[in-house]
Amino acid sequence: MLRYALKRALSLLISLAIASLVIFLVIEVAPGDPASYMLGINAQPETVAALRAELGLDVPKMQRYLAWVGGMARGDFGTSYTYRTPVGQMIADRMWVSLPLALYALALSTLIAFPAGIYAAARRGKPGDIAVMGATQLGVAVPNFWFAMMLVLIFAINLRWFSAGGFPGWDIGFFLALKSLTLPAIALALPQSAILARVMRSSLLDILSEDFMRTARAKGLSRRQALWRHGLRNALIPVLTIIGLQFSFLLAGGIIIEQVFFLPGLGRLIFQSISARDLIVVESVVMLLVFSVILVNFLVDLAYAAVDPRLRSRT
Amino acid sequence: MRFLTGRLAMASLVALAAGLGAAQAAQDDITVAMQLEPPHLDPTSAAAQAIDSVVYINIFEGLTRFMDDGSIVPALAKSWDISDDGLTYTFNLNQGVTFHDGTTFDAEDVKFSLDRARAEDSTNAQKALFAAIADVTVVDPMTVRLTLSEPNGNMLFNLAWGDAVIVAPESIDDIKTNPVGTGPYKFANWVQGDKIELMANDSYWGSAPAIKSATFKFISDPTAAFGAVMAEDVDVFTGYPAPENVPQFEADPRFQVLNVATEGETILSTNNKMPPLDNVKVRKAIAHAIDRQAIIDGAMFGMGTPIGTHFAPHHPDYVDLTGNSGYDPELSKKLLAEAGFPDGFTTTLKLPPPSYARRGGEIIAAQLRAVGIKTETSNLEWAQWLEQVFRGKDYGLTIVSHTEPFDIGIYARPDYYFQYDNPAFQELYAELNKTTDAAKRSEMLAELQTMISLDYVNGYLFQLATPTIAKAGVQGLWKNAPTAAVDLPAMSWAN
Repeated sequence: MLRYALKRALSLLISLAIASLVIFLVIEVAPGDPASYMLGINAQPETVAALRAELGLDVPKMQRYLAWVGGMARGDFGTSYTYRTPVGQMIADRMWVSLPLALYALALSTLIAFPAGIYAAARRGKPGDIAVMGATQLGVAVPNFWFAMMLVLIFAINLRWFSAGGFPGWDIGFFLALKSLTLPAIALALPQSAILARVMRSSLLDILSEDFMRTARAKGLSRRQALWRHGLRNALIPVLTIIGLQFSFLLAGGIIIEQVFFLPGLGRLIFQSISARDLIVVESVVMLLVFSVILVNFLVDLAYAAVDPRLRSRT
Repeated sequence: MRFLTGRLAMASLVALAAGLGAAQAAQDDITVAMQLEPPHLDPTSAAAQAIDSVVYINIFEGLTRFMDDGSIVPALAKSWDISDDGLTYTFNLNQGVTFHDGTTFDAEDVKFSLDRARAEDSTNAQKALFAAIADVTVVDPMTVRLTLSEPNGNMLFNLAWGDAVIVAPESIDDIKTNPVGTGPYKFANWVQGDKIELMANDSYWGSAPAIKSATFKFISDPTAAFGAVMAEDVDVFTGYPAPENVPQFEADPRFQVLNVATEGETILSTNNKMPPLDNVKVRKAIAHAIDRQAIIDGAMFGMGTPIGTHFAPHHPDYVDLTGNSGYDPELSKKLLAEAGFPDGFTTTLKLPPPSYARRGGEIIAAQLRAVGIKTETSNLEWAQWLEQVFRGKDYGLTIVSHTEPFDIGIYARPDYYFQYDNPAFQELYAELNKTTDAAKRSEMLAELQTMISLDYVNGYLFQLATPTIAKAGVQGLWKNAPTAAVDLPAMSWAN
């Protein structure tokens, strides 16, 4: 087991090294220079050169790459070219918005999808099922930013229950902060819950026709009892897979929603950094996302091996 | 757990009640929204207008400053004497001025700031403003003397720019994230990506401002901007990004709308070295093919003043030269035929992100097509635009608003991206810089404006105006923007 884990760890390191090189090269190839972006169209060429030197952009690419990777290995993501603050701190600050938003949206989406999916499956073919399926079809088809704009129009501009956007920070109180994330979370959650409800329904229907369900019914359980005691637990496996996929989508895919609600999250940071060519921020954020995916895969590999001894000998 | 939720709910209620209480007292706070967030807060080392919007006049002050009508008035300098030969400026500084960190402001700080801006390794985006300064001498703590290498009629104007504000050596290292100036407001807090908060400086040397605390919010998306104003989340939105919504705000008694004239000459920049655009007849044909009013109406929803040269119409020395390039497609076709292009030609039109460029570009492309000039239009991000068009000079036509005040001097730089190289212009401009006599300057400025108008260097479109949307009770907003600024000390709430 230890040898297997070491092998996996080695492959994790190699993946990270390759990923960092690819990210660095791809992002550095993009035309545009942070120094000229900052100094605008009246600056003298020698001023731009002076700023490039100050930012350390005049050293060769390879050297900059090594400095970046070396820094990251020590947990130092470098300093943003435009903001001049540590990139690690910037990412951490943004995470405090993006992560709770993703979790909130995921919770909402699950809360909506589970009852809707179970209800539809239990009433297969009846008007209730058709209504739920119709609504989810709409939910899948309509983009989340449209929902976002409608929510702002109704709840912020007309009813004045919520602000149109912005995030006041967690220090004003948990519930007030949560309130300001509510409209964005709903906008993110609705399309996701539509997908999840459909998966829940079809997964349940598959299970309902299984032999063990028939046995359960034959033992004398009612349709509903069989569904709750034996059906649901088994139907959850594909649903959990989808929830896992949705979480990473919600974390990285909030860019548009963060724009519409002007939230200071990770998506907006990437958006701003790309247009200002704050390359070191873009590189570090992308690297962080890649790292989290690779790390999750690594943990899953280890978990598989723990469950299935055959995997250990095969590799 | 129940205890904890109870506590949190209680805290939220208290916070809510506190908020309501503040709203009922006389209002002395304000929330100002703008589209772009400053990259950092040092106005002396970047061109971003967003920096000036937050810090100019509020946090940092210069020796002189702009008023909203474009006039230059004393700021940290109480008064000044200019020697007869125009080479020596002696500034008398205000007494009792301190920086926000408590250190004293004196002539040493002025010397430090100006020397830093004009140094070899300076990263000042407007370094040219200081080119004429040969020496800065501290006469005594309250007097500083500038010696120029040649007379400069613009010196007091140059010193009013945000790029010329006075900073202190004690706090310069952290200026980008913790700006320390002499102004009526202190920097309080910055939630990056969201907002910057300022609060009134109790030990300000001048009169205390009516607004005690101000929040700048950054809302880049036009739809979000509309929502934030309509929901009254913000009190003022400067540079409101969606002019199409303006009539709706004008009709709503809750709001006031100001069409703020800016220093932005919006032009169809032309690569004067790229054939066939190197032919003045071709450039003249382009100028006559353009219907300015159609662009103002179509791209800017009626906001903006037509211009015929690179000069702001609200400037006293402006000459209306729009007649040199009136809309006349027939004349345009004739000129093209004379230049040897009876069937027109094809060139590139590279458009940066602002809506004046993207929307204006479509209209101009259609107008040029009507006289036979085909354009290959492409949309670029700013960073790409700077690389390809501005630095690489790889373009035929582009649309940009040149927002720096009094920037006709860029036509004297043959390596500038227009690549306009006219020795007569360069000599006259050098002469202008040395001239301090107002009447003579006026005359020379008229000649410079006419020269570039008749050389058809660029297509001159309109002076950019940007809407400010504010709640009806906000007073003291700028009606013109001679520089990017949100003049908080001038603002107050009507009761």
